[in-house]
Amino acid sequence: MTVVDHQDLSVDASAPERVGFFTDTTVCIGCKACEVACKEWNELPSEVRGLTGHSYDNTVALDATHWRHVAFVEQPADVAVPDALADQLRAQASSMVWLMSSDVCKHCTEAACLDVCPTGSLVRTEFDTVVVQPDICNGCGYCVPACPFGVIGRDDHSGQAAKCTLCYDRLRSDRTPACAQACPTDSIQFGPLKELRERASQRLDELRGAGDHRARLYGHDEDDGVGGMGAMFLLRDDPEVYGLPPAPRTTTRDLASMWKSAFTAATALGVSIGAVVSVASLFTRAGRSGKRP
Amino acid sequence: MTVATSTGSSSTAGYYGQPIVAPHVWEDTIGWYFFTGGLAGASAVLASAADIAGKQRLATHARRAAMIGLVPSPLLLIADLGRPERFANMLRVVKPTSPMNIGSWLLAVFAPAAGGAWILGELGRLPTSTRMLGLVGAVTGAVVTTYTAVLVTNTATPAWHEAKGELPYVFAASAAGSAGATVTVLSAMSGRPDPIAVAVGAGGAVAEAIASTVMQRRLGDLSTYHSDAPTRRLDRLAKLLSIGGAVGLVAARQSRLRTSIAAAAVLTGSVCVRLAVLRAGTASASDPASVLRQQQRP
Repeated sequence: MTVVDHQDLSVDASAPERVGFFTDTTVCIGCKACEVACKEWNELPSEVRGLTGHSYDNTVALDATHWRHVAFVEQPADVAVPDALADQLRAQASSMVWLMSSDVCKHCTEAACLDVCPTGSLVRTEFDTVVVQPDICNGCGYCVPACPFGVIGRDDHSGQAAKCTLCYDRLRSDRTPACAQACPTDSIQFGPLKELRERASQRLDELRGAGDHRARLYGHDEDDGVGGMGAMFLLRDDPEVYGLPPAPRTTTRDLASMWKSAFTAATALGVSIGAVVSVASLFTRAGRSGKRP
Repeated sequence: MTVATSTGSSSTAGYYGQPIVAPHVWEDTIGWYFFTGGLAGASAVLASAADIAGKQRLATHARRAAMIGLVPSPLLLIADLGRPERFANMLRVVKPTSPMNIGSWLLAVFAPAAGGAWILGELGRLPTSTRMLGLVGAVTGAVVTTYTAVLVTNTATPAWHEAKGELPYVFAASAAGSAGATVTVLSAMSGRPDPIAVAVGAGGAVAEAIASTVMQRRLGDLSTYHSDAPTRRLDRLAKLLSIGGAVGLVAARQSRLRTSIAAAAVLTGSVCVRLAVLRAGTASASDPASVLRQQQRP
């Protein structure tokens, strides 16, 4: 019998807490310091992709070499600005406002990328984050369409999957992830997820109290389709406006019903072929016995 | 004002029309593998059934057909990896949540079973062992034809995931069609077309066209088989070839030439079905409106 004594419990207590990000997009100034810091620290290549014409966004999306992506949405001021500030902001911004948001891997509680990874390259760390082990990944590409956020990509040069590690190497030496460290406005906040959840709720109440009825939290609910996110956001419009899925879902949740369909179809195949062969055998036997007296 | 055109009410859904989920990165080699794996799996089922029924000539041809499908399968799979030299990592773990991992283990059992049955069958030795290996090959082979459907439906791609109830039937039927067609040709080359193979080939091809139509209907506004031009062309070609090939197989009777042409049509139809699935997935995941419609469904 295993007796759990105090020593064992103290070992459990010393295990690191789940950490994550809270990105408060209302204070994002679109400087892209997070994108640059991420690339610098993680030694990700930079390539000139040209200008998209999508406001100031020339990064386009998260992929194997872009682990932070600042979205720039341009809207008429009367749509997005709280009533109290509308006049002032309208004058300043020529009736236009930007919604800016730094997107990142959500480090899902139920991570689809991790579930489907056939090699075990994608793992959950002691910080409850999800990382690719580059020495294991064989570049099958399954995680790419599996991710409900389109976060992970396969790098053309290495042939392997890559995404945000939440700066696993920095976490191991008690440092803040590069993006959060570089953020000049504290739009990107890093910390224990429990604390961040509380802080996010407080900030939402604060903004709502000030009359910003468009403010809402994204990734805050632990009962969502991915079992809660390790990176949450305070947004000022619908998630899809920022390119985020409104109701993301880890499809592994449906795996039992999918396998059931597959087994039923496989059984149907076996039974059908068996039936054809059996019926044909009956005919041949009948034919033979008819010929033989 | 120019600003007004860039609001959410513009024609491009979501964020500048950018995809919300990432389209798959698989080349057509994966579609070809779906085809060869299906051919191998369904042929092994036919071989085992024929063996048990005492139809040794048919069993021999079906075991050969299984090998025709089996040999290129791992090569196609490995060719599509970003790091092909690490293909063995697929068997590094046993992971029930990963259909690709389970599929790799399935192949690891199926290949030696079907291969062993083929070798013993050609040598004409150890009939009981041949039958046992053939049976293992048939059971695993049947699942080899459909696990690929689980593989693609367990993704965030709307036109794949929402086809989870129907796609296994499309793949199973398509596999039966290609197996029947291949065995028909093999039997025709060494005598006359085997009527059982003709029935399996024609039946499979027709069932494939029906299952595919049902799947597209059920997908409704998430189906990219009509909205995406390259997918639509492939899908129409697939149905034309499968139905035409099925009719041809039955009508060809003893003619080797007509039988071969009809079988080629069924086989090409089966390939087109698999490639259409890949195309439909790309189109579906690339379209943010499709993802939003999927997530707004009750």
